Amino acid sequence: MNEEELVEYFRAQMRKDPDMASAVAAIRTLLEFLKRDKGETILGLRESLKWATDCLTGEDSSVAVSSGGELFLRFISLTSLEHQDLSRCKKVMEERGELFLEKISMSRTKVAKLCHTFIKDGAKILTHSYSRVVLRVLEKAAAEKKRFSVYVTESQPDSAGRQMAEALRKLNVPVTVVLDAAVGYVLEKVDLVIVGAEGVVESGGIINKIGTYQMAVCSKAHNKPFYVVAESFKFVRLYPLNQQDVPDKFKIYCDFHLFITTFSEHSWRSCWCRVRRCSSLSALTQTT
Amino acid sequence: TDVIIESSVGYFTEGPERKDDIVKAKQEGKELTKEEKQRLRKEKKQQKKSKEKKDDKPSRDSEKEKKPASAASPAPQTPTQPPAQKAPSAAPAPVPVPASETPSAADKPAKSKAELKAERRARQEAERASKGKKGDVGPQAAPGKPKAPPSELQPVVKRLPEHVQVDNPEVLKKLAKKLERQQIPLRSDYGYKVSLFSHLHQYSRKAPLTQQLGIPSTVIHPAIVRLGLQYSQGIVAGSNARSVALLHAFKQVIRDYTTPPNEELSRDLVNRLKPYISFLNQCRPLSASMGNAIKYIKKEISNIPSQCKEEEAKRKLLNCIDCYINEKIVLAAKAIAKYSIEKISDGDVILVYGCSSLVNHILCEAFEKNRKFRVIVVDSRPRLEGREALRRLVQKGINCTYVLISAVSYILPEVSKVFLGAHALLANGYVMSRVGTSQIALVAKAFNVPVLVCCETYKFCERVQTDSFVSNELDDPDDLIVTRTGTTQLEHWQEVPSLGLLNLVYDVTPPDFVDLVITDLGMIPCTSVPVVLRVKNVDQ
Repeated sequence: MNEEELVEYFRAQMRKDPDMASAVAAIRTLLEFLKRDKGETILGLRESLKWATDCLTGEDSSVAVSSGGELFLRFISLTSLEHQDLSRCKKVMEERGELFLEKISMSRTKVAKLCHTFIKDGAKILTHSYSRVVLRVLEKAAAEKKRFSVYVTESQPDSAGRQMAEALRKLNVPVTVVLDAAVGYVLEKVDLVIVGAEGVVESGGIINKIGTYQMAVCSKAHNKPFYVVAESFKFVRLYPLNQQDVPDKFKIYCDFHLFITTFSEHSWRSCWCRVRRCSSLSALTQTT
Repeated sequence: TDVIIESSVGYFTEGPERKDDIVKAKQEGKELTKEEKQRLRKEKKQQKKSKEKKDDKPSRDSEKEKKPASAASPAPQTPTQPPAQKAPSAAPAPVPVPASETPSAADKPAKSKAELKAERRARQEAERASKGKKGDVGPQAAPGKPKAPPSELQPVVKRLPEHVQVDNPEVLKKLAKKLERQQIPLRSDYGYKVSLFSHLHQYSRKAPLTQQLGIPSTVIHPAIVRLGLQYSQGIVAGSNARSVALLHAFKQVIRDYTTPPNEELSRDLVNRLKPYISFLNQCRPLSASMGNAIKYIKKEISNIPSQCKEEEAKRKLLNCIDCYINEKIVLAAKAIAKYSIEKISDGDVILVYGCSSLVNHILCEAFEKNRKFRVIVVDSRPRLEGREALRRLVQKGINCTYVLISAVSYILPEVSKVFLGAHALLANGYVMSRVGTSQIALVAKAFNVPVLVCCETYKFCERVQTDSFVSNELDDPDDLIVTRTGTTQLEHWQEVPSLGLLNLVYDVTPPDFVDLVITDLGMIPCTSVPVVLRVKNVDQ
């Protein structure tokens, strides 16, 4: 499977299900790549998988794609690969890959199940930009017959917040779109803040759409709980010391949207602890 | 009779030849043989690391009684012997006492030692008279090491390093006893100690321990004597340098070692090392890295199979030590440099404090990889170690600035990163390093400058400390006396009763001020240190 086929397969997966996380599509692609690979050695297989991950990262430079690819590689190599026969090893790896894919496809549902209990009746929630995980959480909460209202920031430059507001209106949730600059104004009215994440870094902080950091600082100043919901494949092997330390490739991707990310200070223990509880720490992380 | 007892004392006070005593002891009386047998048994137990047995309590009690008995003289407990016993116990006693009198400034330490001995002798006689083997010995052994208590069976006994308690007379007595048994002179404290730190030792550099040793010293190997002198005079300083020097000295010891007949190398060599370690501890308190190195060596020695020939065993041990130095220090430094270089970007202004061999190595490596940065070296009295760091960096061609620690808040707005070295990383995530480090970390935090600590994993310590008082090191207070234009104000500081000079060596930085710890295992947050320790223990 060469580069073009890889990228084409990936794009096809994204088109098929627009709601699917790009990392899940990437992992599906990698699994297909593994099945079609004609390598002769385990080491060669690992090298080619790494190459494939790099290709996909070039196509879609979000943090989750690279972290997902790395976690996929680690998960499938975690078993004993001491079989003499290469084809048996490959079979084992493929089985593990399918298992991994199954687990992470369920991850959003698991996150929603864990998180909706944090939303109490009558709660006013503030969220930032368009996040499918947060949307799923709010859907679940609405399905549990909870009454809550949502404030969404407009989140320029791509006005993704409006998309979120539309989706929430379809769920019959009262929603208000506010300006990015109005976060400080509106925070005294809200009870909790929930955001998604592009990536979760080793120091405990998160990488997310620009404007999240301001929201976190303000909510700390107001002593409002700040929750982050993220699937486990978004945990990335980065340790940024400050905003500048985040690699540039994660900061900008020019595809359809201009997408600038930010980095949330890790020293707010309240943020990080809640990430632990909300995110889907599936059996995957236990084995790794 | 006096002649016989003295000659037997000569045998009994020499540690390595204790086993020969058994043969001679058989001629002296039944109780003595039992005592020797019990001592042997105790050693066997310790080395096999077995769990507590049923006869532990009586054997332990008798062993505890053995300790006061052996300190003075290992004569049997019959009441007829005590008058004769006083003579031999007086024989070894005058030897260390006048030796310690000469170098120390005051006569008081020597007198109290004689007092201690008299007290001890009186107590032994009282014990022997009452023949109370069980209760009396308890309080004496109470301030003991945290070994497994007699009633519980603990699967893993973690021996944490003891806290120094110089102001507790019982602990001092125990220490004096132990040193006397190992024939190492006790180093006396010097000068008035500030009350908050009165539980720590404070030695004078002008009174090294080597002055109290006879020449040639029969108990301590000359390489160790040299090492002890180098430590106490500050010739070998710095955590890595001290560990490496220690390991090289131990290699020399192993090379010169010959197994005595009827002995096993694995047990005897460990016992041989114990007085050396006590000696080095007296010269300068052991660092955490040295403690870990010693633990490793002892483990390697005791794991030598008994059927191994001496030459092969020695070769194996020398190899192990070389491997340890290579893996834990040299290769670890390379790995840490590799990770650190990712964190150094072009145009950085890096602040370093004092002289850490690891941080200097990292900066030199980064400079060789053509990163453009400049360094600010912060220094402090009285050690002025920053000058050495400055020399090394300037030699490489790195652009450097030098300030004293009082100017750190002036210079910090220019700084983009702070790199600090560490003496040890404690189990609760605190960083123990040269005094002044926590101050720099605090000010850097206030200016929102990231603080990176570089530390190899062999410096990770099981100890937990939240402040710098509990366990620290006091350096020679005379170092603080400054001479400018031929005059000093503090020359006669000892005569001023309300004046105390405090020369601390280490301090402890909380993990909130540290952003990142770079180890040979990778970049971890400070709170992950106990995880690394746990994984290390599992590996072992």
